[in-house]
Amino acid sequence: MIGLEHYLTVAAVLFVIGIFGLFLNRKNVIILLMSIELMLLAVNINLVAFSTHLGDLVGQVFTLFVLTVAAAEAAIGLAILVCFFRNRGTIAVEDVNVMKG
Amino acid sequence: MISADLNIILPEILIALFAMVALVGAVYTGKDKLASVLVWATSALFLLIAFWVGTTGEGASVAFNGMFIEDGFSRFAKVVILTSAAAVLLMSEGYMARRGLLRFEYPLLVALAVVGMMMMVSAGDLMSLYMGLELQSLALYVVASLRRDSVKSTEAGLKYFVLGALSSGLLLYGASLIYGFAGTTLFSGIIAAATEGHVSVGLLLGLVLMISGLAFKVSAVPFHMWTPDVYEGSPTPVTAFFATAPKMAAMGLFARVMHDAFGGAVADWSQVIALISVLSMFLGAVAAIGQRDIKRLMAYSSIAHMGYALMGLAAGTELGVHAMLVYMAIYVTMNVGTFAFIMSMERDGQPVTDINALGMYASKEPGKALAMLVLLFSLAGVPPLLGFFGKLYVLRAAYEAGLAWLAVAGVIASVIGAFYYLRIVYYMYFGEEQEEALDGGKSPVLWGFLMASAIIMVVGIVNMFGVDGAAQAAAMALVN
Repeated sequence: MIGLEHYLTVAAVLFVIGIFGLFLNRKNVIILLMSIELMLLAVNINLVAFSTHLGDLVGQVFTLFVLTVAAAEAAIGLAILVCFFRNRGTIAVEDVNVMKG
Repeated sequence: MISADLNIILPEILIALFAMVALVGAVYTGKDKLASVLVWATSALFLLIAFWVGTTGEGASVAFNGMFIEDGFSRFAKVVILTSAAAVLLMSEGYMARRGLLRFEYPLLVALAVVGMMMMVSAGDLMSLYMGLELQSLALYVVASLRRDSVKSTEAGLKYFVLGALSSGLLLYGASLIYGFAGTTLFSGIIAAATEGHVSVGLLLGLVLMISGLAFKVSAVPFHMWTPDVYEGSPTPVTAFFATAPKMAAMGLFARVMHDAFGGAVADWSQVIALISVLSMFLGAVAAIGQRDIKRLMAYSSIAHMGYALMGLAAGTELGVHAMLVYMAIYVTMNVGTFAFIMSMERDGQPVTDINALGMYASKEPGKALAMLVLLFSLAGVPPLLGFFGKLYVLRAAYEAGLAWLAVAGVIASVIGAFYYLRIVYYMYFGEEQEEALDGGKSPVLWGFLMASAIIMVVGIVNMFGVDGAAQAAAMALVN
């Protein structure tokens, strides 16, 4: 029987993979965007699991909001990335280093 | 019923409608030729609504079944947010126009960010909290990379975006845990589930993740890494905006979540915030010493100041929130003046941010140098200027809440931090004469804001212009 704990575990694993993707990835900014998306989707699994468990619809409403915001966030992230690429000619994470200190 | 709800959020609706109508209108008509008009119109609208919110609101009312709270606390925060955003917009008009940056999207994005901030300080539910926070953040990511053809500005936007999205993710994960373990997203329901000594592990984990996300937004250590880069890379007026209104909104949201949702378990979060506070104060004081770029320096300064504001929050009492609000109001006023000065620093029309360029500035511009001296002394917390009283309030609040060690640490950090403020004063009055001097300030608007801010720092010590009483009423509305 698959219970609440299983869903929470999957969500926690996905969330941690997302965070690690952000910090360990040295290659490409697009992968950062994917990691962010993964974190938000892990939260969605959490919310839906809790919502079903509690028999309360609010969690699913919250999920819809999160999905919408995630879409807007990805759009803005990609737009900024395109501007950055035009100026710098690269989207490697290690080249995002004009400012330091 | 619904009309009563809509009536309560009318200020937010008006600003949002204005932003959307102006956006479509400007696209179909004059585009960037309208930018100047839109800047003035937006600031006028902000000031009008600040006046309206500040004078007419009474008592506390909730809308949408408790999702939106309109009380003394939110009114105080909204007035600070709206007036500081209006001031920054007015200052930026000339600066941006001279550099070809004045696009019509700029005032409208600021307006949308301000709607998000007003939602944040009024949030009564995890959903409205998240929506407000994201509306603010998404608008700010775009504003940070406003100078599309500059590597620095787009890099600032990119860094801000990635780290901001990470912090939203942390906050959201915390929110989902809080929802699961409290069974509701309403703050009024969470506070019933989180009573002293009965906070479940899941709820505690959610609380910690929530604090991390919020600490990111107020740029407190250990979530401060984005601040110096974003402050340096963004165009200076945008930096001025980042240093004022969003900080007030994030601190307001912080206080709102801690007291409205977790007010029954103060002991569980006050130690965490005290730790964040002490780390921020020391890092802000020490790391700024090596900085030569005045915008990076102001970034570390804002990290340190957030540490002091969090000290008020860590006290977990009504006096603590009162002190935090007074501190934030003073901090925002000081920053408006300081950034007016930074914006006027230019040589042959090019912006200069190196503090060495200020050598012997006082011999050419004695008036502006004196005003900046007052502001820097006030930022450092030198008595008898207003900045000193802000610090005094939070130190007293921390001391009376039994956090004497935090108050002592605050005093030590402020002595260390005074060094780099005084160094700028030293350059202005005794530094080496520069071969290529900075241009004399031409902008009467910047001059006006600089002088007004400096004069407030001196005259304000008489009665703080009633801010003290208003903050006390606001704190009373939030705590209990």
